[in-house]
Amino acid sequence: MAIDSTTEPPLIAIQNLSMSYGPSRLVLSDINCDVGRGEFVALLGPSGCGKSTLLRLVAGLITQTSGLLTVAGQDPVIARRSSQRVAFVFQEPNLLPWRTVSANIALPLELRGTPKIEQTRAANEILSLVGLTADDARKRPRNLSGGMRMRVSLARALVTHPDLLLLDEPFAALDDVLRQQLNEELVRIWRDRGWTGLFVTHNVAEAVFLAQRVLVMGARPGRIVAEIRVPFDYPREPSLRAEPEFARLCGELSRQLREVSR
Amino acid sequence: MRLPSARSVLQTTVPPLVLFAIIVAVWHFCVQFYGIKRYILPSPWQVGAAFWTDAALLQRAVLYTGSAALCGFVGSLILGTIIAFLFSQSKMLRSAGYPYFVFLQTVPIVAIAPLIVRWYGNGFQSVVLVAGILGLFPILTNATQGLLDIDPDLFDLFRLNNASRWQILFKLRFPSAVPAICAGARTSSGLAVVGSIVGEFFVGQSTTHYGLGYLIEATNSNAQLDRLFAAVFTSTLFGVTCFALINLASSTILSRWYDGPIENRQ
Repeated sequence: MAIDSTTEPPLIAIQNLSMSYGPSRLVLSDINCDVGRGEFVALLGPSGCGKSTLLRLVAGLITQTSGLLTVAGQDPVIARRSSQRVAFVFQEPNLLPWRTVSANIALPLELRGTPKIEQTRAANEILSLVGLTADDARKRPRNLSGGMRMRVSLARALVTHPDLLLLDEPFAALDDVLRQQLNEELVRIWRDRGWTGLFVTHNVAEAVFLAQRVLVMGARPGRIVAEIRVPFDYPREPSLRAEPEFARLCGELSRQLREVSR
Repeated sequence: MRLPSARSVLQTTVPPLVLFAIIVAVWHFCVQFYGIKRYILPSPWQVGAAFWTDAALLQRAVLYTGSAALCGFVGSLILGTIIAFLFSQSKMLRSAGYPYFVFLQTVPIVAIAPLIVRWYGNGFQSVVLVAGILGLFPILTNATQGLLDIDPDLFDLFRLNNASRWQILFKLRFPSAVPAICAGARTSSGLAVVGSIVGEFFVGQSTTHYGLGYLIEATNSNAQLDRLFAAVFTSTLFGVTCFALINLASSTILSRWYDGPIENRQ
């Protein structure tokens, strides 16, 4: 899924973007990057480098102080209200405790006024995609494990068939095995569905395993310090993590992270 | 909902009953030993006898006070929630209106009650109003707080899906606020009972229907302390029963929301 940037305009285009909270707290400084349609990009950086802020800017939840940010050539808010379906997966599953799993998954469709039958059909279809059963669908979130809740959260994001999926360290709170498992499934779903993915993480191996391209960010103020292409083909098997080239790339990224954190 | 085991029921009911028996015994002993006059402190048996002779009267009084408290409580629940809805939608409305509810809350009810009787007459409606005014504030503050205190991520989730103001209010704010509204309702149900009893102090005299408040006042002014005690105990029992009923109702509602009472949530 290589993107030829000369023929198709990027889905996300960011030029000279800066963001500050108040006059003295500069969070992001002079960000420049593009994300092509269908591309899977990881934003890697230490905590507090403003990577979540960047994600929220792309979602149109907040507005930048200066610079240009467009999604499909439009202002992010206008884009998500009109042409683009944008979905967001938060660090916490953030499920509504008073709703069942299937009602949680159907929520975005419900808010968009999709007919009830269509909601149920779409929710059922997504269930198996993220590895949930019809039995799970009737449960309340509190009766699920942390990993299962994250799957529900992922299903809720995917139910609208998003054009752009923004993921804000979604698996950070899970144990390592579960995280790897969900990474593998996320790659599979991405190949299946073909959304554009922007994945925020502070975990080097996760970024390398998932993305086609990793943008390394530095902190105080947040800025992009390096861009690294990940040369591995898809589908990416779990065995990839054991290959020397994978380790070399992770080592390289870790070194860069250490440099910017200094 | 899971029923408590027989053992835990015994553990929670036996100790207070034992303490009650001890208090009654000490009370009886003191009255006998010091020869306390009946119009100062009646003995437990005299109070018991008053219960027996006044049974029909007390029953009617409970019914009267109870229906006034219930009407006042339901009124304050509905009105409080509606005002909280409005408050949650506009900061201006909130900052304009809120001080007056604090004001209403801090003015002693014994000062408001005679005014209400003057305006609305010596009747049931005035008692209901006093009960409602007393019960309004806890519902209003709790519901407003609950409607405003929503998870910012969930708010973002709704915004991302281009939810309307109404959708945010009814699909996010209100369900999030239900536990807070239930907590407010528990406080307010007790206050509504107090409010209707206080209301009767000012209303009861000229009506043909007696409430507990009127019984307390009338027996006190006639120095019929055994009957006074019976009325006070009945009021207390009635208040406790109301509180227990509201507790049961709210934990039933919350179990629908959360598969269990909020106290047991993970």
